[in-house]
Amino acid sequence: MNNRLHQAFASKQNLLNMYFTAGYPSLHDTLPLAKSLVEAGADILEIGMPFSDPLADGPVIQHSSAVALANGMNLPVLFEQLRELRAAVPETPVLLMGYLNPVLQFGMEKFLQKAAEVGVDGLILPDLPLDEYDEQYHALFQQYGLKAVFLITPQTSEERIRRLDALSDAFLYLVSGPGTTGGTTLPDLQAQEQYFGRIAGMNLKTPRLIGFGIADKAGFDRACSHAEGAIIGSALIRALEDAEDAPATAGRFVRGIKS
Amino acid sequence: MTPTTTSYQQPSARGYYGEFGGAFIPEMLYPNVEELRTRYLDILADPGFQAELQLLLRDYVGRPTPLFEAKRLSARYGTRIFLKREDLCHTGAHKINNTVGQILLAQRLGKKRIIAETGAGQHGVATATVCALMGLPCVVYMGAVDMERQAPNVARMRLLGAEVRRAESGSQTLKDATNEAIRDWIANPVDTHYIIGSVVGPHPYPDLVARLQAVISEEMRAQLLEKTGTELPDYVVACVGGGSNAAGAFYHFLDEPSVRLIAVEAAGHGVDSGHSAATSVLGTPGIIHGSRTLLMQDEHGQITEPYSLSAGLDYPGIGPLHAHLGASGRAEFIAITDDEALAAVSELSRLEGIIPALETAHALAALGQLGAGPDDVVVVNLSGRGDKDLETYLKNMDKLL
Repeated sequence: MNNRLHQAFASKQNLLNMYFTAGYPSLHDTLPLAKSLVEAGADILEIGMPFSDPLADGPVIQHSSAVALANGMNLPVLFEQLRELRAAVPETPVLLMGYLNPVLQFGMEKFLQKAAEVGVDGLILPDLPLDEYDEQYHALFQQYGLKAVFLITPQTSEERIRRLDALSDAFLYLVSGPGTTGGTTLPDLQAQEQYFGRIAGMNLKTPRLIGFGIADKAGFDRACSHAEGAIIGSALIRALEDAEDAPATAGRFVRGIKS
Repeated sequence: MTPTTTSYQQPSARGYYGEFGGAFIPEMLYPNVEELRTRYLDILADPGFQAELQLLLRDYVGRPTPLFEAKRLSARYGTRIFLKREDLCHTGAHKINNTVGQILLAQRLGKKRIIAETGAGQHGVATATVCALMGLPCVVYMGAVDMERQAPNVARMRLLGAEVRRAESGSQTLKDATNEAIRDWIANPVDTHYIIGSVVGPHPYPDLVARLQAVISEEMRAQLLEKTGTELPDYVVACVGGGSNAAGAFYHFLDEPSVRLIAVEAAGHGVDSGHSAATSVLGTPGIIHGSRTLLMQDEHGQITEPYSLSAGLDYPGIGPLHAHLGASGRAEFIAITDDEALAAVSELSRLEGIIPALETAHALAALGQLGAGPDDVVVVNLSGRGDKDLETYLKNMDKLL
């Protein structure tokens, strides 16, 4: 089963996956931001479904989520926006990232059906337990042609990485180090190199993107030397915080990374 | 969704009580939680651990706590009321039963740093206390609003050497303090143990905390036998925020169907007022802090802000054990308003010379709604003392006098 994600990984190198929170900075920025990011060279769009209690996110995405919710973002609104978005950027893979509770309240099958219908390619649901995915939802994801992206951290055991690799049909999201998204402390580079090297040496079937704490061109280039590409989120959101023209700022941000 | 449990005490292998529980956690937390899950039962069962725990519970915490027959209160309600005096524990509440156990567990897991969340501050104080005792660094997350409401407990934690960090997100109360503690654990995945303060969070925490608090009902049974000739009362009454004191008070009665279990929640300004923390009434199934349970949320699954005058009860969820006890009908839930709780503070103070914590006062305020008769034995878990709430009581003197 092929989709835009597979095509992107098959045809491109050094993929840039740009995360942004749906409905931020204002409710109807989702579409213009997506267009601007893609025009500037983003290879994958990861759109955050805002949640009141985003446990794996640092202050920047917590804030953008709270603003987006206050702006009136919710799943029915987002699905309407995604329909237009898909028409505007027909080739670019689109992922939805978010926490399980809003998805469960919407209804998992209804959510998958809607996501497939509006042209979403894959999902990142960090608090969906692997066992529950495997036993209850894997077949349903496949039925709707949606790819599940799993996270790996420096503490994930080899056995578990092998299991995630076997279950994955998209890419593995390598969390660069300990901490929530948008970390500002400098990483332990030596430990990080060792970790990336260890994963690279495992001969996994699934491609990898590195995320968490990647904020600029240097970070992106370094990630690309260890994996198929990288994910940037908080640094973009930070740039959008005071932006007068959010789409233009987003475009400049991506050109700065991809130049 | 997963196999149901045969006993109310024991969750399934994946931590489910009926349809509630589990471990809905991001990968960053998985190794920590998995380490705890695979080791906690063996550590708790280890004779060396038990010897050390029992010694500390006796000589440091001051257990067993008395079971006091409250005769004037009994006369007031026309039934036989006993108070389980958890307020006499070191640090003034039941919370230390759990922290003493978890600090010994943390040592056996080789952890060098302790984090905790706190609402009313009692769990934070109890954690700071055992960290001082064991010489481990301690960081306690507390909502900015709670730091104002419970200033004396902030001072106590600092005096005990703990660092108190303000949680500024969301409603700036217990939910947000818990979020921040979890984020700290994500950032410190190797050397840190998270001492969660209630029967909430991902499996195995609800079971771990329930087992450590179960000493309350274990003692009750022996004390009731001595005082009434039978181990089983007719009612056990406890307040529920997350539900740790209730879990401890109910634990050894869970599989005794003749004992009515009464869980008392905070109605705040009233269950239908929009300012309430009565999760069993207002909550629907969902996921909070890694557990599938009842929680207060809007139609889109966003967690809503609970309200109670009491900082220990304004949690938008309840432990999965309690959600199951409610759904199965094993426990009955009663909601008590701020004003009813304040009246109960005054009543116990004047009738028995005991100033209860505001949380505990919710349980006391339910006494009039039990329908207990003169031959019935009612045990109220007196989970904490009121010293920390004096400022709140002073501000509400008109409702107390």
